[in-house]
Amino acid sequence: MAIQEDYRRKLLTVITEAALETHLTRDLNQLGAPGYTITNARGRGQRGVRQASWETDSNIRVEVICDDETADRIARHLKERYYDNYAMILTLCDVEVLRPEKFKS
Amino acid sequence: MDPIILFFLLGLAAGLLRSELRLPQAVYDFVSILLLLSIGLKGGIELQKQPFLDLAPDIVLTLLIGLLMPLIAFPVLTRFGRFARADAASIAAHYGSVSVGTYAVAVAWLATRGISYEPHLPLLLVVLEIPAILVGIVLARGIRSETRWADVAHEVFLGKGIVLLIGGLLIGWLSTPEGLESIEPLFMDLFKGILAIFLLEMGLIAAARAGSLRRYGLFLIAFGLIMPLFGSLIGALAGWLLGMSAGGTMLMAVLAASASYIAVPAAMRISVPEANPTLSLTASLGITFPFNVLVGLPLYWRLAEFIHHTL
Repeated sequence: MAIQEDYRRKLLTVITEAALETHLTRDLNQLGAPGYTITNARGRGQRGVRQASWETDSNIRVEVICDDETADRIARHLKERYYDNYAMILTLCDVEVLRPEKFKS
Repeated sequence: MDPIILFFLLGLAAGLLRSELRLPQAVYDFVSILLLLSIGLKGGIELQKQPFLDLAPDIVLTLLIGLLMPLIAFPVLTRFGRFARADAASIAAHYGSVSVGTYAVAVAWLATRGISYEPHLPLLLVVLEIPAILVGIVLARGIRSETRWADVAHEVFLGKGIVLLIGGLLIGWLSTPEGLESIEPLFMDLFKGILAIFLLEMGLIAAARAGSLRRYGLFLIAFGLIMPLFGSLIGALAGWLLGMSAGGTMLMAVLAASASYIAVPAAMRISVPEANPTLSLTASLGITFPFNVLVGLPLYWRLAEFIHHTL
């Protein structure tokens, strides 16, 4: 059930190295992300285990809710800029929001 | 045996046996913040008693060591270790810079034996932390325009370690002795206890490197053992040239022998992203840090004594 028109947005989730946080948030601001949420994360992937026991060994999970174009722009930029040399995964999914105007750039 | 060393061994054993023991990251952060501030404060308090300009030769020579060490390590790594340019540059930068943890253990080692040392060594610790990072970046990239030097400078000069060390130095330097008395219980009296917790965690972190140690083989192990020995020789000679006491000479040896694992990895990750951080951290944390703490310190003390007796 839709609460109002135009309620669909994209949820972009990035899991990457904590070392990138400053650069990543700067990029997000420049690319027009209306906001973001960062949480600490740990896990295992192609580039090994990150236990988050100390700073060099931690991951972050960044979530951005935005419109399709912005999500696309951010995803392309991150892929081009960071995928080669950093541990990073990025996923997109559709979400429904109650206040669509909040997630417009 | 020194109890703080036993804490390190406990962490190492717990990690190697895959114990459930893990310290929360906040604890590690807090403990390392306290150590950095304590070292800075101690230096600052002593610096009050000393005219600043006398330190110029010490600072210059320390800068030179920081520039020289990566330049020596780099060709060894590319030629004999067959490492890619970026990897070699990053490892070289780690070994040109310093480990505050190792320095803290050395200071505690000297304190236990009642050996004094020059008060400005924390300042030299800060000085030695920086140049190797810049040399490492230049070795990896050349002086190309695309390196964002403003970013690099921000990373290097405003990293946690430098801010806390210099901050501590300034606070110690500017404070009145009576004022300092009130914070001494936390920063001075508890120093060894805090160091013990820190080393417990370092043991766990070092043990986590065991897997990659097996993967990257003998050359890295050999490099991680020989480079600190070579560094200690350079450091000890520098200490002696500067007319330091045996204690100060030993600490100079420790500074040059130790390899960074905080400031340099952070800077390299951003500035030389193609370098594999596992290589440099395996060498510096998995080999050199345990070696320095367990075997190196008494060795460097003997070296300092030897130089003072014979030269």
